[in-house]
Amino acid sequence: MTRRISYEGVVAVLPTTIPYTRYSIQTAQWWIGSALRELAKSAGLQPREIDGLCVSSFTLGADTAVGLTQHLGLSPRWLDHIPMGGACGIVALRRAARAVQAGDADIVACLAGDTNGPDSFRSLVSGFSRFAADATYPYGAAGPNGSFALLTDAYMRSYGATREDFGRICVAQRANALRNPQALMKRPLTLEDYMAARMISDPVALFDCVMPCAGADAFLVMREEAARAMGLRGVRILSTIERHNGFPDDPVQLRGGWAMDVPDLYAMAGLTPGTIDVVETYDDYPVIVMMQFEDLGFCGKGEGPDFVRSHDLTIGGDFPHNTGGGQLSVGQAGAAGGYLGLVEAMRQLTNTAGGTQVAGARTALVSGFGMINYDRGLCSSAAILAAA
Amino acid sequence: MTAPLPPREPSDPLAPMRAALAPQHARSRAAVGLAAMAARGRFALQVCAECAAVQYPPRDLCHRCLAADLPWRDIQDGGTVLAATTTRISGDPYFRQHTPWRSGLVQLDAGPTCVAHLHRDVGTGARARMRLHLDKSGQGVMLALPAKDTPNMDADPQLREFTADPRGRRILVTDGRSAFGRAIAQSMLDAGAGGVFTGIAEQWKPFTPPPGAVIDLDLTDTGSVHRMSAEFGGRIDIVIDTTLHIRPGGLLERGTTIDAREEMERVYFGPLRLAQCLGPALRARAGDGTHAACAWVSLISIAGLVPQDGYRLNAAAHAAAVSLTHTLRAELRPLKILAALVGPLDDAWHQHVPPPKVTPASLAAAVLRGLKSGLEDITVGDIAQDVMDRWTDHPAITLRHTA
Ligand SMILES: [Zn+2]
Repeated sequence: MTRRISYEGVVAVLPTTIPYTRYSIQTAQWWIGSALRELAKSAGLQPREIDGLCVSSFTLGADTAVGLTQHLGLSPRWLDHIPMGGACGIVALRRAARAVQAGDADIVACLAGDTNGPDSFRSLVSGFSRFAADATYPYGAAGPNGSFALLTDAYMRSYGATREDFGRICVAQRANALRNPQALMKRPLTLEDYMAARMISDPVALFDCVMPCAGADAFLVMREEAARAMGLRGVRILSTIERHNGFPDDPVQLRGGWAMDVPDLYAMAGLTPGTIDVVETYDDYPVIVMMQFEDLGFCGKGEGPDFVRSHDLTIGGDFPHNTGGGQLSVGQAGAAGGYLGLVEAMRQLTNTAGGTQVAGARTALVSGFGMINYDRGLCSSAAILAAA
Repeated sequence: MTAPLPPREPSDPLAPMRAALAPQHARSRAAVGLAAMAARGRFALQVCAECAAVQYPPRDLCHRCLAADLPWRDIQDGGTVLAATTTRISGDPYFRQHTPWRSGLVQLDAGPTCVAHLHRDVGTGARARMRLHLDKSGQGVMLALPAKDTPNMDADPQLREFTADPRGRRILVTDGRSAFGRAIAQSMLDAGAGGVFTGIAEQWKPFTPPPGAVIDLDLTDTGSVHRMSAEFGGRIDIVIDTTLHIRPGGLLERGTTIDAREEMERVYFGPLRLAQCLGPALRARAGDGTHAACAWVSLISIAGLVPQDGYRLNAAAHAAAVSLTHTLRAELRPLKILAALVGPLDDAWHQHVPPPKVTPASLAAAVLRGLKSGLEDITVGDIAQDVMDRWTDHPAITLRHTA
């Protein structure tokens, strides 16, 4: 492989969240536009000074990022639309960083947001992709719960994971979420509660599932000196990876695309898994978290269950993970779920995480996963970030 | 182990009927190929003509070599269940009626992994026999059956959603005057039907008493069809139109349009009348429990596809009847519409036609098999199958070759 150029000189700043709500009568345009307004206000910029725009959303209707430029009154010279669900935050970050590095844009606003109405989730799931409509939705219409139930069942049988193992992840994240005022889930969760919850699609039970909600997350990408001039604290990007349709010949997904690229991720950063202070994985279901622990090198393949048994995943633990509570406890605001871990990691590294702050966090690994196009998640992404 | 089929639930006149719903119907054009295969009882997928890679889900180009020539080919029907789930909460109204619902990931021996409905006697790790079935929306879906038959396996509630097994159901046989109608009525009773109503028109004319309860029904008489529908409409789960009016004659032999009108009246307007009258009641009861209304069977001469020598003028009425089956499929879902294209019959109207011919027993067996397997497109007899094979190979050549 060609040696990759570093992201030196570029930073991500202003992790921004428009507080999530379970349902919203507002549109995705409103949520994304509100995040943009918040970014501009915090940066002390006029919206028109933002010359790069990158958008992810499932509920913009017929609009893409193109329509948003007119709706929001922007004239960017660099525009991207990233329909990659849970992988979109890191992909947005790496693309925006390259654009800034190359001078194609000076300030890129990366935005993800979705609205949520009582029927939004069903209507999204029923037409999610061609293969999903042709070959998964007609088999019980369980949506992602059904797909991840199958992956969870296969994983449990292959590696001896138990429901308690997944429960440990969910319980730790809820403990973290109780320190995050933005989390929609406010009640403590015990392992007993987890185990007693009703089955949704066996072996996936209630607390394995995220709650769909409305919300938006965003950040800006710019040159380090520009951020300094504006008085903004940024995080540096040490390395990133993305992969799509990795391991297509695996009959069932027991590993994600990260496993193809993980050597590159650490080599580019010049770090090892043991030197990462905070880990923010994509947690639409706990089985995917466990896969990320393995595929991102924190333990070997099949060792995920042992790993969660022998580590404390809470903010004060030996392996601080999904410190804001993750989607499992904060809620899943559509594509913003692909930004949630990234903005939380940015807060950790700028020491602005408030109640969820991990003391002395200097490096963070963030990973993304998205798009159950048919039987497996196709997009994987990861980034290692460091305090500036 | 599957429990035997429970008896029909006693109907509660005060309870609202369970709605006739269907799973989502929208599919890509390629995926509709699954329905075409399922309708014929084939387990076939697209197989790349260049590199032989088996495709699933259906594609427009080969996932291995990007070739666009992906003919549907019968493939090995074995598979291994890699994972299973039981869906208890579904966002879809049809599946909400039917939860808990089992599905799984099956790795086909032919290569691809597919999401499939799971018969309840198939678990994770098990070998499975794979079938393509039509679901209640009329689309083709994968179903994993146990590798070997299990007791009462036909009574599996999910499998029963994909079949039209007459067991426990009440059948209308529209015309019991012919040996074919009588054989079908008898075979339904033998298959455990909950009752058979057998239509006889103009009962003052002599007739051999058919099996089942004789009712007055003349499909060429609107009043008769209305009266029958009003009286029995709420009690019929499967309609089998046994009119099968096949008569010899060509353009110059006949000389007038009288017979052609008569044929159109019996073969096309008759079932059309019945569908307009009885269809709404039948469709409304298509979600009504384990013995819901489920199927409409049209027996049509293969001449409806390719006119047959000696019976040319009759073909138009049967072509119209074929066309009607497409309309029924579009408008009477979730009912299954079984079109049985029949070769020359072993009856008085085919005396000069050499064998092979379709006997009453073979027709009855084919219809029963079609219903139990949930098929929608079947041929009956070697001649009909031969015509269908030629038609499938090349319609235009087939039409001219027989001209
Ligand atoms: Zn090929």
